[in-house]
Amino acid sequence: MSSVTQKKGFGAHVWDYLTTVDHKKIAIMYLAAGTLFFAIAGFEALLMRIQLMFPESTFISAGLFNELLTMHGTTMLFLAATPIIFAFMNAIVPLQIGARDVAFPFLNSLGFWLFFIGAVFLHLSFFLGGAPDAGWTSYASLSLYSPGHGIDFYILGLQISGAGTLISGINFIVTIITMRAPGMTFMRMPLFTWTTLVSSSLILFAFPPLTGGLFLMLVDRMFGANFFDHTMGGNTIIWEHLFWIFGHPEVYILVLPAFGLFSEIIPVFARKRLFGYSSMVFATILIGFLGFMVWAHHMFTVGLGATANAIFAVATMAIAVPTGMKVFNWILTIWGGSIKVTVPMLYALGFIPSFVAGGVTGVMQATAPLDYQLHDSYFIVAHFHYVIVGGIVTALFGSAHFYWPIMFNRALNPKLGVLTFWIFFIGFHLTFFVQHFLGLMGMPRRVFTYMGGQGWDLFNFISSIGAIMMGIGVIILVIDVLLSIKSEPVNRRDYWGDGRSLEWAIETPLPFYNFKQTPLVRGFDPYWIEKEEGNKEGMVYAEPLGEIHMPNNSILPFIMSIGTMIAAFGALYSPWGDQVQAGTATGAPAVVSLALIIGGLGLTIACMIIRSFKDDLGFHVTVAEIESIEADLANYRATGKKGGNK
Amino acid sequence: MGHETHVEVRTQAQYEYDKAHSRAHMRKQVVNFAIMIFLTFIAFAAVLADFSPTFIIPIILLLAGIQVVLQLYAFMHLEDRSTHMVGVIEFFIWSAAFIAFTFFVAFTTIIWWGNY
Repeated sequence: MSSVTQKKGFGAHVWDYLTTVDHKKIAIMYLAAGTLFFAIAGFEALLMRIQLMFPESTFISAGLFNELLTMHGTTMLFLAATPIIFAFMNAIVPLQIGARDVAFPFLNSLGFWLFFIGAVFLHLSFFLGGAPDAGWTSYASLSLYSPGHGIDFYILGLQISGAGTLISGINFIVTIITMRAPGMTFMRMPLFTWTTLVSSSLILFAFPPLTGGLFLMLVDRMFGANFFDHTMGGNTIIWEHLFWIFGHPEVYILVLPAFGLFSEIIPVFARKRLFGYSSMVFATILIGFLGFMVWAHHMFTVGLGATANAIFAVATMAIAVPTGMKVFNWILTIWGGSIKVTVPMLYALGFIPSFVAGGVTGVMQATAPLDYQLHDSYFIVAHFHYVIVGGIVTALFGSAHFYWPIMFNRALNPKLGVLTFWIFFIGFHLTFFVQHFLGLMGMPRRVFTYMGGQGWDLFNFISSIGAIMMGIGVIILVIDVLLSIKSEPVNRRDYWGDGRSLEWAIETPLPFYNFKQTPLVRGFDPYWIEKEEGNKEGMVYAEPLGEIHMPNNSILPFIMSIGTMIAAFGALYSPWGDQVQAGTATGAPAVVSLALIIGGLGLTIACMIIRSFKDDLGFHVTVAEIESIEADLANYRATGKKGGNK
Repeated sequence: MGHETHVEVRTQAQYEYDKAHSRAHMRKQVVNFAIMIFLTFIAFAAVLADFSPTFIIPIILLLAGIQVVLQLYAFMHLEDRSTHMVGVIEFFIWSAAFIAFTFFVAFTTIIWWGNY
């Protein structure tokens, strides 16, 4: 890590990203991968909306429609929203708590590569005989009898990427608990760090049931077991329980960090301290707890009985209380503030009413008797898109604009940002608002077409127009991102001028060790405190300038992930699979299948053994090197000339 | 491998104190171990004695619960208050236990009860 000028070739850059353990680079990879899958899933949604634009349309077939709706849901939740949220967690949380990296940089890299390889594996299904087609919930009564390898790709792909998510979640729990700078007590942590902590805990508790469920489904479909097959003494309802025990907290895993991001954006642009900080923390934890007590509200019509339905209905309605606390706190933060309506703030202002609309329809569905009417209708589709697009996607777009200067040392164009917001926001409401009424008129969800003359034609047409507008909005955002590459570097701290937490106190571009000296946190909103006292450096330090201990890069996480993919192919083409034996799917000979499974897992385990026995103690950056890197960065900020080390 | 070996010089008084401390600790471990063996014995005995399943199942589950707590505190050092962040660890473990308990109750009452 010398500061001598060095020009890296393309191959060296690729190698750098394959082996990196730096949380800032992993954040960029999460963002890029998440955006890719977001675009793919968005394209799938557009195809579906074009099919539904007119009654009895023949644009795509029923089978393809099932594959598209399954892949749209699965990709958006697991492979788009989750990684983009992890991108912001990786980029921002270590900076907010004054840490130089996450607690386990190696695991951070492993988490990313497992997610990415799992996602690629799932998408290979399109080219290898058909995508999964049983919905993102993949209910066992459907998926066990789905011909071909589609569901097998779903099971194995999610198993791999789920392991990655679990690893990253554990990493963030440990990071936030143990790596906070001196003075950063729990009740001084910024809200985004708090929501990351709670949401990582939810990952810790929610992903094991999914892993268990997927494993049972895997042996059911690929190795002849019968856990979910009622004709053989199994119970198909157990899959639904296991899935929703995971699936409901998953919604909170995604929406809590979104709440956290808005809790960062709103105080900055209302230029007021966050209203009711401690009640926000309390509400976050309470939502986390209650999130585990309500899963059966997805299953009211399964026939659990009146008592069970009543218990889960009441528990579900209780969640509206802490969520309401948060909404009022945001409004009261804005209230009386000196508001600057920038692009991130625009998204925040759009988020509040949209999310409340989604929450209100949620409470309607929590009423079990009413849910019997709403279940499996477009009303449900409208509800969860209001929550996910109105709550999560607005947060992701808003914080992309908000945090772009920290992540890339460039700013996104505010004019294009405003344009994106209005096109996307109007498109979003056009698409989903009318779907409430389609649902109430009786249009079922997950249908590939419908008869004309039932009063559904106009609303479906409007909905499709809205979807196209959302697509245009996203394209403008991508153009905005591409234009930003060639724009002027920001080269400053506190891009928005009103930053409050520690991440705004560091000058961009960041050195790879983030803080040359660990900061000392003197209160909530530490950067604000320092600014109030006229501290030009933005922070006070907890230690003198000294050697910095940093982790080494490693290629092992990538190889380990490749190993799981090889094993997944072995399981997929297992000759003992139900569908292979029924003749609807191709299988490999037993030797090949077993060799792939054992070889793939062997590769992964061999990497684990290498990692365990070969001590990797990292490296030290000496004081002289730090001073030279800081001088280079200062020179770059002043003259725009690169001094070698980024 | 490669780590520096840390040698600590202790005074005689410190040595005596540590020895007494370790002995007390060891006694506690052995007592806990004996209790756990005894609880396991009761579980086996209840089955061997051929009591009715409606009696045996709750008793075994109760004993299992006690064993988990003993295990966590006696052998996994949850009682060691000097452990870094032990309060947070405890909070996580009991949250997980609580959440797992709700799943257990839900599964027994709305899936399995009445089906078998």
